Amino acid sequence: MAKTQIALTINGRQVEALVEPRTLLIHFLREQQMLTGAHIGCETTHCGACTVDMDGKSVKSCTVFAVQAEGAAVTTIEGMAAPDGTLHALQEGFAEMHGLQCGFCTPGMIMRAHRLLQENPDPSEAEIRMGISGNICRCTGYQNIVKAIRYAADKMNAAQKEAAE
Amino acid sequence: MIPGNFAYHAPTTVEEAVGLLADLGEEARPLAGGHSLIPMMKLRLAPLEHLVDLRRIAALKGIREEGAALVIGAMTTQAELLASDLVAARCPILQEAAALIADPQVRYLGTVGGNVANGDPANDMPAIMQCLDAAYLLSGGGGARIVKARDFYEGAFFTKLQEGEILTAVTVPIPAAGHGYAYEKLKRKIGDYATAAAAVVLTLRGGTCETASIALTNLGETPLYAAEAAAALVGTPVEKAAVDKAVALAEGITAPASDGRGPADYRTKMAGVMLRRATQRALARAAG
Repeated sequence: MAKTQIALTINGRQVEALVEPRTLLIHFLREQQMLTGAHIGCETTHCGACTVDMDGKSVKSCTVFAVQAEGAAVTTIEGMAAPDGTLHALQEGFAEMHGLQCGFCTPGMIMRAHRLLQENPDPSEAEIRMGISGNICRCTGYQNIVKAIRYAADKMNAAQKEAAE
Repeated sequence: MIPGNFAYHAPTTVEEAVGLLADLGEEARPLAGGHSLIPMMKLRLAPLEHLVDLRRIAALKGIREEGAALVIGAMTTQAELLASDLVAARCPILQEAAALIADPQVRYLGTVGGNVANGDPANDMPAIMQCLDAAYLLSGGGGARIVKARDFYEGAFFTKLQEGEILTAVTVPIPAAGHGYAYEKLKRKIGDYATAAAAVVLTLRGGTCETASIALTNLGETPLYAAEAAAALVGTPVEKAAVDKAVALAEGITAPASDGRGPADYRTKMAGVMLRRATQRALARAAG
């Protein structure tokens, strides 16, 4: 099958590539772009381990074709830390609040939480739980994931307040 | 899981999309949000040679008020429906239902048009559209036509949509101001389809039910418009006897499968429970 040329932005970097139309975004990211942070979990749109941000939406990249990302701005977990390596508030939160055990779900959790906090910077516990309801964790029981996201919300809000003053 | 090979098309107009589907024939399928079709393609249960992606067609996007109706473009996502102030003000049951579909990631991409056009009896929007007496605008090589949601569904994954046609918009008559509404959905977990679900829209005048509409999800091969159950509420104060009668009539038209969500008898009973709860909440919300 003829390959299709796609151009998109991944973590702020302009990327052009040839893909088969049937190539899923998760496979394109992991195998062609060598961005292995987003994980393949269930492959059936349930678990959320493959979640990335695409044009301001959290998407399960196992259920999006790479050709559908033509022209899109995609952010993966690799794009979250600052260029100097300083962790994003969410990454720091997951470390500080023990928001992970095996870590398999963490990249998807963080990318989903990232969009959640963009849309709702001060979520209640219930809103956080509904917000991450498309991401499954089999280790933590979610308690510390919720705390980690709340930690990040507090830190980001404090930073914003400080910047405004 | 990797789908079989296919050729990808991304037309920018409805005419172009319909033309492609006509030219490519039965080996072509339109792609909306993809969250029903792509999983089936990965399982190789939806073999196709051409995928016609509708995402670039601007005319299929957006929600607008037109006269006494909301016109919802087929490619409007569930997330866009949830974010719409217009929908919140005019027809909030659409948002109550959308919030119960799948999970946040799926709602960012899953579309209203795909949800209603696919013919999956487990989808939530078809019953909502039947309850609201919505109409579907279909476009094909022979031009455009309108089919009512209540006439659209023929069987599981069989609808009035003909080969080469796409659903371009859904027209929802705006319910009367002060109407009561509720969608009650029993499901095992977030992301699951309904074990049973019921949609109710009603209006009151002087404490008496003036109009009522009821539809059920995932309790048969198609969404079920429960006209007789609704008629049992009209002209009553929606007291227990009337609700009991509506519940019995609604349960009577269900024909659910016995599956992982429970035996058929249980699901029928849950249809009654969902209807009872939805009716109570709709009543509490109704003015008059």
